[in-house]
Amino acid sequence: MKKLMLSAVVLGLLAGCAGQEVKDKAPVEDKTGGVSTSGVEGQGLGADELHDPNNILSKRSVYFDFDKYDVKGEYQPLVEAHAKYLTGHQGASVVLQGNADERGSREYNLALGQRRAESVKKMMNVLGVQDGQIETVSFGEEKPKAECHDESCWSQNRRADIVYKGE
Amino acid sequence: MFGKIIARISLLPLLAAAALAHAGLTIEIVGSGATQIPVAIVPFAQENTLSQSITGVVGADLARSGLFKMVDTAGIVPPPSQPNDIRYPDFRSRGADAIVIGAVAPQPDGKLNVQFRLMDAARQTQLAGLSYTIAPTQLRQTAHRIADVIYEKLTGDVGVFGTKIAYILKRGKRFELQVADADGFSPQTVLASNEPIISPAWSADGSKLAYVSFEKKKPMVYVQNLLTGQRKTLASFKGSNSAPAWAPDGSRLAVVLTLEGHSQIYSLNADGSGLKRLTSSPLVDTEPNFSPDGQWIIFTSDRSGGPQVYRMPASGGAASRLTFDGGYNVTPRFAPDGKSFAFIQRSNGSFNVAVQDIATGQVQVLTDTRLDESPSFAPNGRMILYATEIRGRGTLAAVSSDGRVKQRLSEMSGDVREPAWGPLVK
Repeated sequence: MKKLMLSAVVLGLLAGCAGQEVKDKAPVEDKTGGVSTSGVEGQGLGADELHDPNNILSKRSVYFDFDKYDVKGEYQPLVEAHAKYLTGHQGASVVLQGNADERGSREYNLALGQRRAESVKKMMNVLGVQDGQIETVSFGEEKPKAECHDESCWSQNRRADIVYKGE
Repeated sequence: MFGKIIARISLLPLLAAAALAHAGLTIEIVGSGATQIPVAIVPFAQENTLSQSITGVVGADLARSGLFKMVDTAGIVPPPSQPNDIRYPDFRSRGADAIVIGAVAPQPDGKLNVQFRLMDAARQTQLAGLSYTIAPTQLRQTAHRIADVIYEKLTGDVGVFGTKIAYILKRGKRFELQVADADGFSPQTVLASNEPIISPAWSADGSKLAYVSFEKKKPMVYVQNLLTGQRKTLASFKGSNSAPAWAPDGSRLAVVLTLEGHSQIYSLNADGSGLKRLTSSPLVDTEPNFSPDGQWIIFTSDRSGGPQVYRMPASGGAASRLTFDGGYNVTPRFAPDGKSFAFIQRSNGSFNVAVQDIATGQVQVLTDTRLDESPSFAPNGRMILYATEIRGRGTLAAVSSDGRVKQRLSEMSGDVREPAWGPLVK
């Protein structure tokens, strides 16, 4: 019953959207799993928690100091919250995407981004999350969030993002 | 079914020289050598009937090296094209030490015969004289060969005017791996993508480029044949795959993989088989580079706390630390004679190209730009090409190994980065 109502709502929204481009935040993935845009119940993601702006789980980014990959104290509650979510939802998994600011070697920054992702993963492991629920990748300096050439942008790019699979 | 939306990529083979070349990168000299040899280049007989000036390219090549001063020959009439026609006082009074003369003769079959002579202005003797029969499409290439001969005779070093450079051009959201002549002309796109491309690396014979592409949403290493445009995936292991480096004999490459968690250096055969781990440190090992004799690999490692340059045998094994100045020394690249390496040193927030002599450990910082990356030696070891940023835009630059000659290579339509100087091709 609930599913039928949800579909009706989706249809209603779509009716007003003729000609609008679908905008993706994340890169488009192969959807051969037969995903529908609304039906995520099968994965038990509890989508509301992860996207509720009043919930710490909607925050996805850990920021780092220059040349550093250790998770600062101020971000520990964030990582703990996501770790708790993952241990409570065995079907959920995340990709941890590490990034670096533009200064210095691109290859070294790729490795630095990887270390930032790995740092967050290690903290989650300690909190009980299994390796099978976490993948770590690095974009180095190649996918900056902010593109100016000073610390106001650099600080935004020194970061690891927690991205749930299926989002 | 939605089907897969992949990054739009195109792979292209490198074309033979085009009839009408255009400049992708424009190169300006911003610093010249300690001494400059004054050379007078006289327009070749009949070259004004051609679509492409030969002496224009020769003069630009020599001037760009920073080691020559062009002597104006405008008032010397008629311009000599044979040694017997040279009135040496005309040239000596203008300060010339060397004179270049020549002639072009169209052949009945459509080919061109190009001959030139390099004369010593003081001794009035011939230093070099060569003749080429070429197709008109080979005019620029022939001019580069002539410039190489002049350069070699007058400086004693091998000329690199006929070599190629690879780099990545970013325009908006589009990335292109391009190969251009060393003078910036005739850029050709060998890979175009909506996702980043980094770390191009030439095979020693110049036929292939290895590079890292993010087109599958994470970094993977590919090897592309420049003659056919065909490519294969070299490394697509779990995690990130990057930093390809060719062994000089072309049989193997070193790469950096994170399949065991943190970035470590591995080697594999050129066909992708035979994966072998070369480093085992608890932190980051990356940016491998083979010595020209194939015996060593220098690389960047965090193992002492911050990134420094280390050297190990090419088959892996105990590594020794090479850099000790400051806390950030990365991207080591051997000079062609194997006796020194270029690298990037950070000091007081500034990232500069430096060169270190391996035997003595002596370091010389070469640049005064501030955000330098990716040093790459010319195959004669005299110039180092690198990426930097000027007024917020990614630009290439070059500096001579003694720090005196400085060039800027600009591309007006976008940001250029990740240069790699191609090898000498016989």
